[in-house]
Amino acid sequence: MTPRITLAVTRRVLQQLRRDPRTVALMLFVPCLILLLLWWVFSELPGRDMVDSFGPALIAFMPFTVMFIVTSITMLRERTAGTLERMLAMPTGRADILIGYALALVAVCLVQATLVIGLGVGFLGMDVGGPLWALLLVALADSFLGTALGLAVSAFARTEFQAVQFMPALVLPQLLLCGLFIPRDTMPDLARAVSEVLPLTYAIDAMKGVQAGVDGQVATGTWTDLLVVVAIAVVVLGLGTFTLRRQTD
Amino acid sequence: MAPDDVVEVADLRVTRGGAEVLHGIDLTVGAGELVGIVGPSGGGKSTLMRAIVGVQANVRGEITVLGQPAGSPSVRGRVGYVTQAPSIYDDLTARQNLEFFGAVLGVGPDEVQSALATVDLAEAGDQVVGSMSGGQQSRVSLATALLGSPDLLVLDEPTVGLDPVLRRSLWGTFRALAAAGAAVLVSTHVMDEAERCDRIALLRAGRVLATGTPAGLRERTSADTVEQAFLALIDEVAA
Ligand SMILES: Nc1ncnc2c1ncn2[C@@H]1O[C@H](COP(=O)(O)OP(=O)(O)OP(=O)(O)O)[C@@H](O)[C@H]1O
Ligand SMILES: [Mg+2]
Repeated sequence: MTPRITLAVTRRVLQQLRRDPRTVALMLFVPCLILLLLWWVFSELPGRDMVDSFGPALIAFMPFTVMFIVTSITMLRERTAGTLERMLAMPTGRADILIGYALALVAVCLVQATLVIGLGVGFLGMDVGGPLWALLLVALADSFLGTALGLAVSAFARTEFQAVQFMPALVLPQLLLCGLFIPRDTMPDLARAVSEVLPLTYAIDAMKGVQAGVDGQVATGTWTDLLVVVAIAVVVLGLGTFTLRRQTD
Repeated sequence: MAPDDVVEVADLRVTRGGAEVLHGIDLTVGAGELVGIVGPSGGGKSTLMRAIVGVQANVRGEITVLGQPAGSPSVRGRVGYVTQAPSIYDDLTARQNLEFFGAVLGVGPDEVQSALATVDLAEAGDQVVGSMSGGQQSRVSLATALLGSPDLLVLDEPTVGLDPVLRRSLWGTFRALAAAGAAVLVSTHVMDEAERCDRIALLRAGRVLATGTPAGLRERTSADTVEQAFLALIDEVAA
């Protein structure tokens, strides 16, 4: 790994995003719109505040999904356009590509998460007991996880169509199993066992842990959940390294 | 291996998609030499070039580049490679593309500008590649390979689809790069381009049919042009 090359990759990915303002606008504002929609559709209903119940999960889920899609498609393009091969035929290390990408996308996520957290806490009155920076930190970890998974998936997809289809295939089951809609201990044993190895479970638990904190402290177990998310992301990213082959058929 | 051989390929065999597509290739390219690979479509030109650059899997035989096995980390920054289809970012400008690959190689903006000028794109440098014509795109791809003054240039049909004036000027560039000491390996379908090489290898169906200087090949087959020599050699094998 060479810092000069890693940063060149980061800068180039950000340049590509800047050329595509529509995508950037979608990445930044769709999570806010969805949170707003969530607040609005339940606004007439008395009872529990849905922004409190689902807001943190949304803040965990959106960076993960968006980065997953962006990474899997842009990496697939690099493969099909031959630019990946060109980079690898140069002194680029695999880690330069992976970390360069991750840095660029995590930077985008920083803006995305700041906006959605600001909207939720500032305007929609979302209750958060723990510190706001902890929310941001969890969101960043989730976007990192999305980047890592998207990268791994790009190796298995031959076309952009397939890459997009991996999203519902990999993300929706995790969403159902993560305990958001139904508490995990009421699930069938097998479903619960599966949920225990899925990263999104920990991502959403970490968000809830920050929310449930008091006096600017997060709830116990939150950092462990966060660590699990980061650890899984690092492992997946490590596996992703093997999908960046210098030599292809 | 002669002391100034930049590329030495010995008994190279490559399997692609389960079938052997190169059946024992021998080839050398010396420093300062401009070598052309010509031959029918599907003959294995691109595969041979990929193997020399070190991006081809399932390779057997010896390929030495700048004294190291092909694709070794120490030679990666010293080889410029142009793939047959332009491999550049079509959502960036030509300059941004070159600046990126330049940063990977550690070369500065001066060299980016001169590479753009070499391929006659100095004016169009800030145009987004996706909005460029096919010929302009392949020139951006070519400019990328010129960055960092590589010791070996591997150019897979770099002049395809370009007009005669530009083709002549690019061949002038290849010649100048060779004169400056680089080893230049160019594949082409256009036989009158091949006349400009120091040496030609005729590659057909995964085998080198003949190698030699253009004049030597013409003489051997009593042909007037390399194209006729090429056809005569193919007929010779068929007979
Ligand atoms: N990705 C691949 N998988 C399997 N076989 C391949 C692949 N790419 C090329 N081949 C086969 O390898 C052989 C040599 O192909 P190659 O691309 O090297 O030819 P070429 O001489 O460059 O042709 P052209 O002049 O059309 O570019 C052909 O028979 C081709 O069908
Ligand atoms: Mg070819």
